[in-house]
Amino acid sequence: MRVIIVGGGKALYFLGRNFASKGYEAAIVNKDPGECRRLARDLSVEIICGDGSDEHVLEQAGARRADAVLAITPRDQDNLVICQLASLQFGVPRTVALANDPDNVEVFEALGVSAFSTTNIVGSLIEQHAALEEITNLLPVGEGRVNVTEIVLSSDAPVVDRPLKDIRLPENTLVAVVIRGGDPLVPRGDSVLRGGDTVVLITLPENHGAALKALTGEGR
Amino acid sequence: MANNSFIVIVGCGRVGSHLANKLSGEGNSLVVIDINESTFDNLTAEFSGFRLIGDATQVGLLREAKLQRADTLIATTHDDNVNLMVAQVARNMFKTPLVMARVFDPRREQVYKRLGIRTICPTSVAASLFLDILEGEAVRREEPTA
Repeated sequence: MRVIIVGGGKALYFLGRNFASKGYEAAIVNKDPGECRRLARDLSVEIICGDGSDEHVLEQAGARRADAVLAITPRDQDNLVICQLASLQFGVPRTVALANDPDNVEVFEALGVSAFSTTNIVGSLIEQHAALEEITNLLPVGEGRVNVTEIVLSSDAPVVDRPLKDIRLPENTLVAVVIRGGDPLVPRGDSVLRGGDTVVLITLPENHGAALKALTGEGR
Repeated sequence: MANNSFIVIVGCGRVGSHLANKLSGEGNSLVVIDINESTFDNLTAEFSGFRLIGDATQVGLLREAKLQRADTLIATTHDDNVNLMVAQVARNMFKTPLVMARVFDPRREQVYKRLGIRTICPTSVAASLFLDILEGEAVRREEPTA
């Protein structure tokens, strides 16, 4: 697989190193001659010094035979044009642009360019993992339509010492597995939850917050 | 062109401010956007529109400029990629009826013409004007002998 990465900074360096170690044929395009020299010294990938939104520079980086182009410069307008040129002029099958401004994810997608925002990714990771200490794991499945969450119940949680059938949970919520003292058990209506239990919860995103609140008693 | 259009101009440098002064003087409603406040010094007494300071690649700013109600957008910054992005956002997201962009790089210009953006390339325009003059001179020199 041939991947062209346009951009700079630490993210680019580590991506380049990562791709090279996976055996990808990677090429890096960077505008700054000094940074290019450092990258060429530290990485065993092809370095092209120039403006990635210039057709000739992309061609020099092997855009004609590239499988993917990743544009991660700090300027959203450059990332957009780089991806559009790669796909329109060279038929690169997969192009991905970094949207520094999270609002531009929607803009890029509307203009036919796949986009991601590190702000959105880091933000949602923090929301998912740090909002409640008891939540130790959260995994979206079914293309994000289903959440699988692992929660450790504290002894003062509103649901402990009560049979599951008496606990009011929002619709589309399932307590799938309870892990007690290392032993997993699939609960029934008469199973009683205890403090220290790890509960594996399946929810849909729209009632995820309400389900967590019902189990832990804390607002999200 | 009717003189009651709502026109948004991005970039208030020499070209942008010239257009803004003239179009405003002719009675159109104007909003001029530039990231650098000092460029608004280029606007003369003829100009009676709105000035907006900020980065036009942020959709929020274009909304603030009421682009959703504009008849025309002209992107004249000195940065090709800014002009191309703003022009596409205007055309595809705000459905602006007439969208024009200045693009210095003739190769980039060709690509975006295909995407339906009306582009003006000063480089190609200047080159073809020079060539026209050259060819005119050549014809003039040939005439006496012809």
